[in-house]
Amino acid sequence: MNQLDFPILSLMMGLPMLAAIICLFVGAKAARWLALVTTLVLFALGIVLWANYDVGGPQWQYVERLELFGTFAWALGIDGISMMLIMLTVFLMPICIGASWESIKDRVGEYMAAFLFMEVLMIGVFAAQDIFLFYILFEAGLIPMYLIIGIWGGTNRIYASYKFFLYTLLGSVVMLIAMLWMVQDAGTSNIPTLLNYDFAPEAQTWLWLAFFASFAVKMPMWPVHTWLPDAHVQAPTAGSVILAGVLLKMGGYGFLRFSIPMFPEASEQFIWLIFALSMVAVIYTSLVALVQQDMKKLIAYSSVAHMAIVTLGLFAFNRQGIEGAIIVMLSHGLVSGALFLCVGVIYDRLHTREIDRYGGLSINMPKYAVLFMLFTMASIGLPGTSGFVGEFLSLVGLYKVNSWVTLVATTGIILGAGYMLYLYRRVAFGELVHEDVKAMPDLSAREMALLAPIAAAVMWMGIYPESFMAPIRGDVGTLVARIDRAAPEGDAHLKMGEAKAATKAHETETGHGESH
Amino acid sequence: MDYRLSLIFTLPEIILTVSSLILLLVAAFGGVKSARLVTILSVAALFGASAYALEFLTNPSFEFGGDAFYGLYRMDGFGSFAKLLIYFAAIISLMVAPRFFKDSGAYRPEYPVLILFATIGMGMMVSAVDLMTLYIGLELNSLSAYVLASFIRNDIRSSEAGLKYFVLGALASGMLLFGMSLVYGFAGSTSFSVISDTLTGDLSTGPLIGVVLVLAGLAFKISAVPFHMWTPDVYEGAPTPVTAFFASAPKVAAIALTVRVIIDAFGGQTPTWQQIIVFVALASIVLGAVAAIGQQNIKRLLAYSSINNVGFLLIGLAAGTEQGVSAMLFYLVIYLAMTLGSFICVMEMRDADGKPLESLSSLAGLSQTRPGLAAAFAVFMFSLAGIPPLFGFWGKFLVFDAAVAAGMLPLAVIGIAASVIGAFYYIKVVKIIYFDDPAGEIVRTGHKTENGLIALMAIAVSPLGYLAIPLLAPVTATAAQALF
Repeated sequence: MNQLDFPILSLMMGLPMLAAIICLFVGAKAARWLALVTTLVLFALGIVLWANYDVGGPQWQYVERLELFGTFAWALGIDGISMMLIMLTVFLMPICIGASWESIKDRVGEYMAAFLFMEVLMIGVFAAQDIFLFYILFEAGLIPMYLIIGIWGGTNRIYASYKFFLYTLLGSVVMLIAMLWMVQDAGTSNIPTLLNYDFAPEAQTWLWLAFFASFAVKMPMWPVHTWLPDAHVQAPTAGSVILAGVLLKMGGYGFLRFSIPMFPEASEQFIWLIFALSMVAVIYTSLVALVQQDMKKLIAYSSVAHMAIVTLGLFAFNRQGIEGAIIVMLSHGLVSGALFLCVGVIYDRLHTREIDRYGGLSINMPKYAVLFMLFTMASIGLPGTSGFVGEFLSLVGLYKVNSWVTLVATTGIILGAGYMLYLYRRVAFGELVHEDVKAMPDLSAREMALLAPIAAAVMWMGIYPESFMAPIRGDVGTLVARIDRAAPEGDAHLKMGEAKAATKAHETETGHGESH
Repeated sequence: MDYRLSLIFTLPEIILTVSSLILLLVAAFGGVKSARLVTILSVAALFGASAYALEFLTNPSFEFGGDAFYGLYRMDGFGSFAKLLIYFAAIISLMVAPRFFKDSGAYRPEYPVLILFATIGMGMMVSAVDLMTLYIGLELNSLSAYVLASFIRNDIRSSEAGLKYFVLGALASGMLLFGMSLVYGFAGSTSFSVISDTLTGDLSTGPLIGVVLVLAGLAFKISAVPFHMWTPDVYEGAPTPVTAFFASAPKVAAIALTVRVIIDAFGGQTPTWQQIIVFVALASIVLGAVAAIGQQNIKRLLAYSSINNVGFLLIGLAAGTEQGVSAMLFYLVIYLAMTLGSFICVMEMRDADGKPLESLSSLAGLSQTRPGLAAAFAVFMFSLAGIPPLFGFWGKFLVFDAAVAAGMLPLAVIGIAASVIGAFYYIKVVKIIYFDDPAGEIVRTGHKTENGLIALMAIAVSPLGYLAIPLLAPVTATAAQALF
């Protein structure tokens, strides 16, 4: 069956499902502990998954297949990219549960059940090897998230939950029609087979657009990002963490798994669209972030800008761009999750997210200020943090394709530094003017336990990114080889001889190691 | 023609006819106190008829079906499958009725007898291969339905529903009859197969009007836009178990009948009916979704929801293929579970005195007072909206798959995009149940029959339902095959 001789992926989906059902029937305290223990066990299973992952082995590992549903199959299996995203999920989930430990007081059982169900779906989305199974799990995420925002959200939660639900649903339904057509054309719903099936270029155009409608909303790309700030602001802290940390990655994963390898010609054809929207997003949302008064909104807009870097990297059609985009996805998952937690920490004390109500936190909350600083820097992309590795690689890849777009994208990173540092200055520096802020205690042990692991992961990814790049290297290579026929010509017009040699050097292990 | 075979083929109807006539006498002589006995015996009769329908459907020796009574009636997999669904819905409506009527003090033995009469009519409808049988079946069902709608005599809304249903139903029957006479006049026969052989090529105006009128009459019976107007009023006014019955069994029968008429009788006229069905399907989806948004009464909302669902069902018919019909049959199975489940949930909405509540606002905060009922309600709503992983998604999936396979991509894209409008009011119900503060109006706890049925339906439309696909898909495929 696989290297572990037991269906670990099904177990990783079955366990939280079972725990979710139990949570509905037990009291608040038991539900909290059950959720925490389950998510920690899943994290342990994730480590087992990673430890036994055969880097350089077959593309699809831990493959399971059960013909359960007639028309489609319970088919699971992961490659390196899926595995890293599953790791991100199982890493963030215990932290989410911990973040809700005290702030959620009502209907705890249902809350924990919703989160555990969410985890089932997220792991399933990244592990699904059947296109319909993927769709079902992808769409199913709407239900728990709708409930999480609507029941435990802020004052304007109902508007936000409707917007989230309908926006993402409208984006996705057309994708289903495209999937139906693809499966009828190719005669299989098996994703690995579809990945090597060549659709007619004319059909690709339409299919690509249908998938784009779904993933662009999920990502989210400008101008269909407007659901995100509302959803983030209204969601409870843990909801924001999971939304920014994992759910947004489903859009990037979708591009990576479906749009680009299945429709390479169409991807090349629409590269202008992606570049144009991403450029607007980088500049526009960064400027919008600059003037926000609400901390969560600011971070939400920064997410849109970071996701634009991901799309730019993905559609660079080369190794650096795609690897960089994946690292940005992982890094953003950690960093934005941590930033939302940081907001949650002070929100729990003062019950406001307004930036002006704070100030001078570095005086009375030094531990908090240090960690918040670290995540701010990681969001900016300072070398030594995870943000730098991903953004640098994405931009290197992008530069090979279009230097003007790279110029704009880099400007966005400078703006990013602007709004993050401005946020940090207003929250952490200056004098303690408000009496109630002065009374705020520093991080509790629980909060430290939530933020410290993320800080460690961010540093690890920044200082030794090879750990995270090794599993994805082979899969990115496969992807690049697959789309090579449609790769756009760069605008740099380098001398031919040298350019080829440089590309070759990057393909090899050593050459790659030197590049960062 | 062998009468013995004819009698065997019509056994489900014969069982029901004989038992309903006997039970009518029991009801007449036994009076109100025999209500419980008559109900139980009716359920038993329905089980007996189901057993034969199941036998016809699964026994290989009946695989090719057979004509009865000189081609007036046809026993085949398609009819038998539809009958099973109809009998199932009738049994459920009988099971939940006594308790509902007990609170209003109006339960009478006529109720099960009328349900049986309606069911016989529906059995005839889905087995009709001749315009005459079709009409008789349809009227038998409709006449019983008019009485059922006004079953609570001293309730003004119930009487209004019955009257409205009767007047509009008579109008639709008139249209249908006029269309049938035109078709008969130009085809020279009332038999579907002869009509199909005769009406080929470009139609002249006469038979064309006939076909259109027949379709209009049938659209009324399945409550498809633009002939849906009666649905919200009747669904709202009729007693809830009757509404549950209307939304399930006659819907299945009318849709199966429409499919048979279109595929069997008008099979040579695909372009003619296809554009009508495409229009009706899309109009039903959009109107069923938009008009439901402003509703404050849960029964009216569910009425629009059933209009909306009929639109999706008709997409399978618009494809006009075997795959499309099989998808419709599968959709009907899921639709039954969702609709019956939601209506039983509505029956649970009662205040302390047992008075039925119907406004959406009385559902507010139900999740905190009756978590189980609330969860089931939410499951049905999400399922009706077609959100995976609930099983309602699968019905939509299948009809859209059939439409895509038949090359009707624009229809599929528009239809599925319009389904998002519908999602809005379904999630609005969930919002009321889960996000709003408790209204505290629904206080009575449920009875175990109702609770058990709700749980059963909720499990059927939960993700566990997907495990039934390998079981049901071949059966629906066989049933659909019988038509082609």
